[in-house]
Amino acid sequence: MTAPLHETSAGEATATVDGAPDAPGTPDNSGASKAIEGRSPWKIAWTRLKRDKLALAGAFVVVFLILVAIFAPVIVGLLGHPPDEFHEDQIDPLFGTPIGSWGGVSSDFLFGVEPVNGRDVFSRIVYGARISLLVAFLAAVFAVFLGTVLGVIAGYFGGWVDAALSRVMDVMLAFPQLLFTIALVSVLPNEFLGLDGSGVRIAALVLVIGFFGWPYVGRIVRGQTLSLRNREYVEAAQSLGAGRFYILRRELLPNLLAPIMVYATLMIPTNILTEAALSFLGAGVKPPTASWGQMLSTAITTYESDPLFMVIPGLAIFITVLAFNLFGDGVRDALDPKGSR
Amino acid sequence: MEPLLKVNGLKKHFPIKKGLLQRQTGAVKAVDGLDFEVYPGETLGVVGESGCGKSTMGRLITRLLEPTDGTVEFQGTDISHLGVSGMRPLRRDIQMIFQDPYGSLNPRHTVGTIVSAPFKLQGVEPEGGVKKEVQRLLGLVGLNPEHYNRYPHEFSGGQRQRIGIARALALKPKLVVADEPVSALDVSIQAQVVNLLDDLQQELGLTYVIIAHDLSVIRHVSDRIAVMYLGKIVELADRKSLYESPMHPYTRALMSAVPIPDPRRRGAKSDRILLKGDVPSPIAPPPGCRFHTRCWKATDLCKTQEPPLLELRPGQRVACHHPENAEGVTIPAARESVDVTITKAPQPTEPKPEPSKPEAAEPAEAEAPTPAEPEAAAEGDAPKE
Ligand SMILES: Nc1ncnc2c1ncn2[C@@H]1O[C@H](COP(=O)(O)OP(=O)(O)O)[C@@H](O)[C@H]1O
Ligand code: SF4
Ligand SMILES: [Mg+2]
Repeated sequence: MTAPLHETSAGEATATVDGAPDAPGTPDNSGASKAIEGRSPWKIAWTRLKRDKLALAGAFVVVFLILVAIFAPVIVGLLGHPPDEFHEDQIDPLFGTPIGSWGGVSSDFLFGVEPVNGRDVFSRIVYGARISLLVAFLAAVFAVFLGTVLGVIAGYFGGWVDAALSRVMDVMLAFPQLLFTIALVSVLPNEFLGLDGSGVRIAALVLVIGFFGWPYVGRIVRGQTLSLRNREYVEAAQSLGAGRFYILRRELLPNLLAPIMVYATLMIPTNILTEAALSFLGAGVKPPTASWGQMLSTAITTYESDPLFMVIPGLAIFITVLAFNLFGDGVRDALDPKGSR
Repeated sequence: MEPLLKVNGLKKHFPIKKGLLQRQTGAVKAVDGLDFEVYPGETLGVVGESGCGKSTMGRLITRLLEPTDGTVEFQGTDISHLGVSGMRPLRRDIQMIFQDPYGSLNPRHTVGTIVSAPFKLQGVEPEGGVKKEVQRLLGLVGLNPEHYNRYPHEFSGGQRQRIGIARALALKPKLVVADEPVSALDVSIQAQVVNLLDDLQQELGLTYVIIAHDLSVIRHVSDRIAVMYLGKIVELADRKSLYESPMHPYTRALMSAVPIPDPRRRGAKSDRILLKGDVPSPIAPPPGCRFHTRCWKATDLCKTQEPPLLELRPGQRVACHHPENAEGVTIPAARESVDVTITKAPQPTEPKPEPSKPEAAEPAEAEAPTPAEPEAAAEGDAPKE
């Protein structure tokens, strides 16, 4: 260069010496030699999430439900009766309804008893949480895994790979999932690869719900990958000699993680509803095993004489879905890429 | 002197694909035949309106894109079609500074990770360790070396651009291509970043190709300037010639858009040349001279025959049938070449004395870098203000 500019304003020069404009939240109190910690996008999201009261309430309920599912045997041991134990003494032999008001609610049977056979509703709700959450989680994991892998491939490689995968996703999104699942479940064998009846059904539910869920994740991941791969920092890595794998792993995936996490949390409530619907329609887990959707469908026959038996599993589904949605919305708002700049 | 970088007939056409079968229906001729050299230690400024292919040119010479045609030679080696692994060792010598200080730094990485990526990717272990070298680089570009654990969002635009510069310089490159390095920054900060680039050039003996969309940024720092229009170089000259006697009408129009630094002349007279119309689409560039749809000197010849880029004066290459400021041209070759193109014109109706007309019409503008525009009035449809 020949004739540089010589005007130098102090503004930016000082800013570069004494740090970035936003200093708060950085522990730079320890000696000058110590490096200054940065606030990572994750830390910022966490701070934001902690301020979101609704999301925290949702998270609290979610954690509570997960603990209930994990410790179901302990809880039932302390507060209930085995979920498959009949209590005919609690049932009015004439009408087949629970003795006592409110569906037989008592200190012994916290949520009352089931009509006809008198099983403990509390125990069945607690065990039902296991099925609900297990199926919803595993299906979400499966969907997110498939969706991420195929979405990244479509978005990153583009061309005919993208065209083909996108068509597959379109077809799958148009597929009548519920009908297919009901048909599939009805032809499933009772035992399969060492799994018993319930195990086969659970595995089938996870695979089917997850398999029909991946295109939703796939579409989002594909779109994100498409937009990320044209960012200048990808080119910067290329101009330093980075190959495709490095760019995928180091430049793209860290930026895909946030939207994937958001989608995964918001997918769980949907899966819970799908599982409940399938169980309601008789395509869920097999009868002695408790599930919320199945309880709802049994309650239909007695809802006039014993409405509480219908309200309780309904409430369980409602609260669980609401809690996951509130939490998921909070995670999404906290990770919002527009806000993290 | 041997050029550091030599570009010959460089082209990049982006295919336009349509439909399910992805059939090619056309092409964006983003870069359509460039020839130039860059010599060690110099700064070549490249200027042109948005969309004329400057960034594509930058990505071709840094081999982020593969040329459709033509060659890129770096230190005598043809790098036009090298693959990722073939280019890897050369990446140390050719680096790029990007336009968008927000998009060029990965928001999920710390500054330390970003600036140390060159060492990691090239398997280089600097003396005293990577961390120490990163801190040295941060200091070199005027940032606090203790900030290596911070994230890009914690810095201002100007500071981010400095981070990008530190990354580009980490491997001690020979050639640095800077694509509009300050156009996204506040005007008050632009000068500082340009000054930094200038200081670093002297300190590290760098060669620059600096891209800009107007002349205001690069006029001070370039040794030579290439003016691009629709994927082609229309004029390439050393800074002094370009400013004192631009020969391509488009160069003059660009120049007239730059604010005049001399306050005495500022209010004198509005001699801005406002170009009429938009830049034509690079999918179907106009035939003949690509500038003829907006040129106030265009003749029938211009519409049919493409003017070649010829050295009309020593160190000044121009692609125009009717160049400006040509009265001082004493080299017969230049005069001849203009005449040669005239005689080759398909229409015999083309008046032969045409090229001399504009020259005769503007005798008094030899010294003025922003001359008045006498011939515009003479030619009727003056695109000036
Ligand atoms: N990857 C691409 N695919 C298709 N067209 C492109 C691509 N990159 C640039 N172009 C087109 O090429 C032309 C030149 O673009 P660019 O080199 O970015 O211009 P500049 O940097 O001068 O503004 C524009 O018309 C642009 O739309
Ligand atoms: S060749 Fe003709 S149209 Fe093109 S710039 Fe010169 S005078 Fe204008
Ligand atoms: Mg550009």
